[in-house]
Amino acid sequence: MTSAPANPAPSRLRARLRAQLPAALALAPAAIIVLVAYVGAMVWTVRLSFTSSKMLPVFDNVGFAQYQRLFNTERFIFSAWHILIFGVLFIAGCLVLGFLLAVFIDQRVRFEGLLRTIFLYPFAMSFIVTGLVWQWFLNPELGLQKVVRDLGFPNFSFDWIVDQNLVVYTLVIAGVWQSSGLVMAIMLAGLRGIDSELWKATRIDAIPTWRVYVSIVLPMIAPMVVTAAVLLAVAVAKLYDLVVAMTKGGPGLSSEVPAKFIMDNLFERSNVGLGTAAATVLLVTVIAILSPWIYAEHLRPKRGRR
Amino acid sequence: MSLALTPAGPKPQHFSVARLGVYAFLAISAAFFLIPLWVMMMTSFKTMDEIRLGHILSLPANPTLAAWFKAWSSACTGLACNGISVGFWNSVRILVPSVIVSIFVGALTGYAMSFWRVRGANALFAVLLVGAFIPYQVFLYPLVRIFSMIGLYSSISGIVVIHVIFGLPLMTLLFRNYYSSLPVELFNAARVDGAGFVGIFRHVILPMSTPIIIVAAILQVTGIWNDFILGLTFAGRTNQPMTVLLNNIVNSTQGEVEYNVNMAATVLTALVPLTVYLVSGRWFVRGIAAGAVKG
Amino acid sequence: MGAVSVRDLAIGFGDVSVINNLSLEITEGEFIVLLGPSGCGKSTLLNAIAGLIDIKQGQVWIDSKNVTWAEPKDRGIGMVFQSYSLYPRMSVEQNLSFGLRIAGTPKDEIAARVAKASKLLQLDPLLKRKPSELSGGQRQRVAIGRALVRNVGVFLFDEPLSNLDAKLRNELRVEIKKLHQDIGNTMIYVTHDQIEALTLADRIAVMKSGVIQQLASPHDIYHFPANLFVAGFIGSPGMNFISGALRGSQGVACDYDGGSVDMSRYPFARPPAEGTRVTLGVRPEHIDLGDAPAGAHGARGIVSIVEPMGAETILWTTFAGKSMTIRADGDSTVKVGDEIAFWFDAARASVFDATSGERL
Repeated sequence: MTSAPANPAPSRLRARLRAQLPAALALAPAAIIVLVAYVGAMVWTVRLSFTSSKMLPVFDNVGFAQYQRLFNTERFIFSAWHILIFGVLFIAGCLVLGFLLAVFIDQRVRFEGLLRTIFLYPFAMSFIVTGLVWQWFLNPELGLQKVVRDLGFPNFSFDWIVDQNLVVYTLVIAGVWQSSGLVMAIMLAGLRGIDSELWKATRIDAIPTWRVYVSIVLPMIAPMVVTAAVLLAVAVAKLYDLVVAMTKGGPGLSSEVPAKFIMDNLFERSNVGLGTAAATVLLVTVIAILSPWIYAEHLRPKRGRR
Repeated sequence: MSLALTPAGPKPQHFSVARLGVYAFLAISAAFFLIPLWVMMMTSFKTMDEIRLGHILSLPANPTLAAWFKAWSSACTGLACNGISVGFWNSVRILVPSVIVSIFVGALTGYAMSFWRVRGANALFAVLLVGAFIPYQVFLYPLVRIFSMIGLYSSISGIVVIHVIFGLPLMTLLFRNYYSSLPVELFNAARVDGAGFVGIFRHVILPMSTPIIIVAAILQVTGIWNDFILGLTFAGRTNQPMTVLLNNIVNSTQGEVEYNVNMAATVLTALVPLTVYLVSGRWFVRGIAAGAVKG
Repeated sequence: MGAVSVRDLAIGFGDVSVINNLSLEITEGEFIVLLGPSGCGKSTLLNAIAGLIDIKQGQVWIDSKNVTWAEPKDRGIGMVFQSYSLYPRMSVEQNLSFGLRIAGTPKDEIAARVAKASKLLQLDPLLKRKPSELSGGQRQRVAIGRALVRNVGVFLFDEPLSNLDAKLRNELRVEIKKLHQDIGNTMIYVTHDQIEALTLADRIAVMKSGVIQQLASPHDIYHFPANLFVAGFIGSPGMNFISGALRGSQGVACDYDGGSVDMSRYPFARPPAEGTRVTLGVRPEHIDLGDAPAGAHGARGIVSIVEPMGAETILWTTFAGKSMTIRADGDSTVKVGDEIAFWFDAARASVFDATSGERL
């Protein structure tokens, strides 16, 4: 810098602040939103879980009473169990189907554009639409079951949607139908990023195509698979619309899920304390699942990456 | 095809079993994905008598638009029976301001974060991203109370603000990543020319943002139109979006279930995002790639 | 084992014909280089020999077997690519052995082959590393090793050094030459770099627009280029070209603008016609400074540019109306503006027909 004025430090600081001021102001909306709507609301929810609030918030302190109540509520235990089953099957189903779809489309097939459009369009639709369509299609009297029976299989039964033990699996089917296309799109992007010379090398080395996908390609796109899995896991935690539309949590309580449990207790059953306790449990679970991934992807120092 | 004993010239093409298997798998998968759409469409054109016969996959014998008219203007969506058109217009009234404001705030935030060194910007971004992963239910009740207190609850303005709030992580991610990929020389040249924060945004950055604005618009239009839970909670009884009214039509009618009307209403609700999807094609996929491949 | 024969090859994509009616015989153990500018068809030819692209007509024979319809893996070839294409998530050792493991080769056989390749290419300290932890030169050695363990007769190289920096390129070039001396397999090498071609090849096939312009040893290509293109492509700095016309019954002299060169000692392939317009080519290193001795052609010129290169100095002057470059000694004291005397011997020059470009 050129010759320093009488008081160099304050004026330089002032200049820097002046340059940064508009930018800082521009970030103010985001900062307010984060502080109030995200952090603030989250803290408030957790605080309410330690109160006896019923319809309106009350700021007393009942310790872990709501949590005790929560874990003795059959409906909540069921919802946790259901979301676990749904989560595992849904994520596995989407990953496998999405991967297979991507691999097969990658085989230089004709109508590739058309096929991609077909596999991805469900993702453009609301979960409500998906739930209602599948509810209708799986209708035992007039839907799939009747069609197959009419084809000559009178003992075929597919009344899962009204069966307490099987209804969760119908949610899985509808969910996989909606979301596999997304996984396919992510994986296809990964597959297309692989150097064509690598494929030439495998042809010379006599590696069969399926083996290339399993031993070479899959490890290469592993980070994308993990990203897809994380996105799917988040969708599992948020599962609400699909259940409301497709089964309303029924028959009985046999397709109840945590998000719906929370909503019902917060707004319909006027059980704010119980609802926020359940929300807090959901929050802790999500953070527990996310933390390893966030650590591995963003916080751990990267070694020798190209 | 000549039976040459000595191989010469192009190799004869054999349509192998493996290739057949690939096409078979893809065809079956395509059927799986298309059948619900087919069912939805077919049912909406049938009469209830025909539906009761239970041939859900067949074409309508006497196609009629009666169910469509009923769904649009006279289906019962709770207390009122004015059809789902009410919901359509509500959704439009929610959609337009929400998309515009959320994209604008996202662009501004992304711009401020990527070119200007503001202390704490990275931490803010990190918290924003983490917030995107947390289910709405964790934030919902306090937000309801806050909005009640400031008079935004049960109003269009309220639901718009909510969509801006919950759209901010994705929007900021898109714009921040996009702007980070622009050459910083552009920015430096404009600064040397004397432009300030707003000036650079208006004259240099914004004109270059067309691709990412398109992607953001596609994602927001689809996401907001398809939203159910936020509209249900914050929009207010007279402003319920189409998805909420659709669910009411199908799942809370008394008396006989009119499947054709239900499906017509379902198609109508799916029409807007489906059209956006079909028209935007490649941009849609680009949006997913931009959003899913974080950082 | 290892002779390669290409017969009447035609390759095209859609309506575009890249190679037409090309035939090439490669003897066993030969190191042949396909050299040419980008787009000349050299990589296309290599990929066709490998079986990676379809051909329209013709045959490919490897090792006395017609492999025209054979899959790449059944042709007895190994290939090294420009961007190495190693399997990124496997260690060097796994990269070397993967193909053999798939083929079901017994474990001790695999270990023996990997050890032999590793020793030959000095990969022993690198065996446990992943490709992302290796330098470009090391990655290429692994790529070569992967071809080595296949125990094949023919090695194909597709511009393997083009992605390396100059220093690594020189080092690896020597290693490839040494490898050929050690194992003696047939090697077909594609490059656009003439230094690589001249140093590595037993024979060079110079290609342009899908046609082999000349197939000969490096020495012949350099000293007796078959046409104008080859003459201009090989040699750096390039050959000097002078336009002129032949005079006399046996092309006894070449008249250029401002003088005449005695061509009586030039080895014409056939006696040329009187008045043929020609292009006379002289390499910079075949021009000496000083007064011309008997039988040589002398001239004078003013030096316009001096390029000191360390081991030699390039002088730029004019002759017959065109610029001429001369290779002078590294410690030459010639300065810009000096007038110099220089001479060359027509017997060492090359004469090309001005219209067809063919050597006379």
